[in-house]
Amino acid sequence: MNNSQLKSALLRLGDDALILGQRLAEWCGHAPALEEDIALTNISLDLIGQTQSYLSLAGSLFEDGVKTDDELTFLRTDREFQNLLLVEQPNGNFGDTIVRQFLFDKFALLRAEHLAQQTFNSEAAAIAAKAVKEIRYHADHSSKWVIRLGDGTTESHDRVQKSLDDLWKFTGEMFISDEIDRAGVESGFLPNLDDLKKKWDEEIDNVLGEATLTRPEDCFMQTGGRTGIHTEQLSFMLAEMQVLPRTYPGTSW
Amino acid sequence: MNATHEKLREEFDAYVAEDKKIEPKDWMPDGYRKTLIRQISQHAHSEVVGMLPESNWITRAPSLQRKAILLAKVQDEAGHGLYLYSAAETLGVDRADLIADLLSGKARYSSIFNYPTLTWADMGAIGWLVDGAAIMNQVPLCRCSYGPYARAMTRVCREESFHQRQGYSIMMELMKGTEDQKAMAQDSLNRWWWPSLMMFGPSDKHSTHSSQNMKWNIKRFSNDELRQRMVDMTVPQAELIGLKIPDSDLKWNNETGHYDFGEIDWEEFNNVLSGNGPCNKERLEARNKAHDDGAWVREAASAYAEKKSKK
Amino acid sequence: MSDKKNNWPLWEVFIRSRQGLGHKHVGSLHAADAEMAIGNARDVYTRRQEGVSIWVIPSDAITASAPEDSEALYDPANDKIYRHPTFYVLPDEVNHM
Repeated sequence: MNNSQLKSALLRLGDDALILGQRLAEWCGHAPALEEDIALTNISLDLIGQTQSYLSLAGSLFEDGVKTDDELTFLRTDREFQNLLLVEQPNGNFGDTIVRQFLFDKFALLRAEHLAQQTFNSEAAAIAAKAVKEIRYHADHSSKWVIRLGDGTTESHDRVQKSLDDLWKFTGEMFISDEIDRAGVESGFLPNLDDLKKKWDEEIDNVLGEATLTRPEDCFMQTGGRTGIHTEQLSFMLAEMQVLPRTYPGTSW
Repeated sequence: MNATHEKLREEFDAYVAEDKKIEPKDWMPDGYRKTLIRQISQHAHSEVVGMLPESNWITRAPSLQRKAILLAKVQDEAGHGLYLYSAAETLGVDRADLIADLLSGKARYSSIFNYPTLTWADMGAIGWLVDGAAIMNQVPLCRCSYGPYARAMTRVCREESFHQRQGYSIMMELMKGTEDQKAMAQDSLNRWWWPSLMMFGPSDKHSTHSSQNMKWNIKRFSNDELRQRMVDMTVPQAELIGLKIPDSDLKWNNETGHYDFGEIDWEEFNNVLSGNGPCNKERLEARNKAHDDGAWVREAASAYAEKKSKK
Repeated sequence: MSDKKNNWPLWEVFIRSRQGLGHKHVGSLHAADAEMAIGNARDVYTRRQEGVSIWVIPSDAITASAPEDSEALYDPANDKIYRHPTFYVLPDEVNHM
């Protein structure tokens, strides 16, 4: 894995965390219960922390000079973001948010567990080791909610089943290997996504079973996030997120 | 019966006068209980509604660090609301009922949160001035006669100490920045200065609850005393970073050892309080929407818990 | 307006702040079930590393002594000063007892 590939891999990690953290932050002040408001913002805070670490590390690998985590966050265009399409999807109702979180958490946990143990890049391993603890809690939180909503009332079951059906088309992208993934696997830095998928399938099925939810049929999967071709949602989010640094270039806050 | 009541009341007054704490199961006069429920729940509502003007800027925070700080700060407000609802519930009321009163518009919350947050600098002004005023109001409550309230406030005050600092730090950074940033900071101070002085409530001449609350050790300083303290403390902080307080009557008084300041626009205060502020409607709508949208979720969790407990 | 079905039960939260200390009551919260109560307690009451262990107990499972019984319950211990080590006068020569 060369420098530029490592940089891309780190950007993907950072961007996944950033975009999902930003989405979750939108919940602040609007959650179904005060306790849950605090829970969602805690997860968002963890993700923003992971973003800072991964993007700073990625920023140190730019050949034309070091970029800060803020520069990467606020001054890249949508084409330069490499996050999964799943994490940029709008919050929708609480069930949509929870399902999005659940599908991602289970993937992110397996990925972070690998990253924490690899010896190719020790800085990334240290970031991932911290992230593993955080994501373990996130995955527990989202899994429990999927079960509560799935096996709660008829209304909640139907709503969360719909969330699952709607978001399923974004799950395939997590497991598609490109050149960067292959180089990453070869050097031991990234996990083999086929192996990861097997574990992910198993864990997803366990929770969905307990939640009395039906796993959707694998449909035509949406892709593009990893190469910067996003859904319509991302540009709006960036417009909002980047407004101040873009309006007042060169300022510090 | 009346004689017993009279005796209990006398004992209670004497006990409180000795600065001792009342705990949930202790006998207390109805008026004391009602006053506390009203005050604590209003306070809790203020924390929760107060999340809205600030959460408005979380997604637009200009750096990751600022985003994290603001998010943690607004999250604290949720926590504080929760501690306070908890304290109110020890008085025999239900949080759901208190929230229902907020949502229907029956209960009040601090009117400061009915002002809009128009720029990033407002995050600075709110932290510095609004939290500053809140802390000024709240620190004496850590010694309030009702134990659960005093303990909740101790926790709140401990956590809030970073809130004011992060606000001032936003202002400081802006005042070190470009002309645009300085103007943004000054404009924000211009809009928030008077509303934050209004946070101490009506002037002592017109405050209805004050004297009884003082006697019960629920309140320890008068509205005007605290307001003066706020002005005295804030003016030098503004000057230090080059901000100008928007009050032409403001000047240091050597005789009193305090700043003299201009008259508050009580008409505006009363209007915002009675629902005519810039964002009263929006704030309540946002709270109602969150509550209504969350109903199916809360219901599902209850239904699931019930199923589980039967298994 | 107040829908009881929507109102999760109240839980009392106890936190052990450090290993070696007892759990101390810190406040309460609402949660649909015990697992959620633990999660919520973690998010609400340990945001600043205040704890290493959490207990949650349904508030209605707590039995409390009545304040009006306090004289009968606690005053009788007042005159049993011989239960305290300071009651006993020892010669100066005897240290560490």
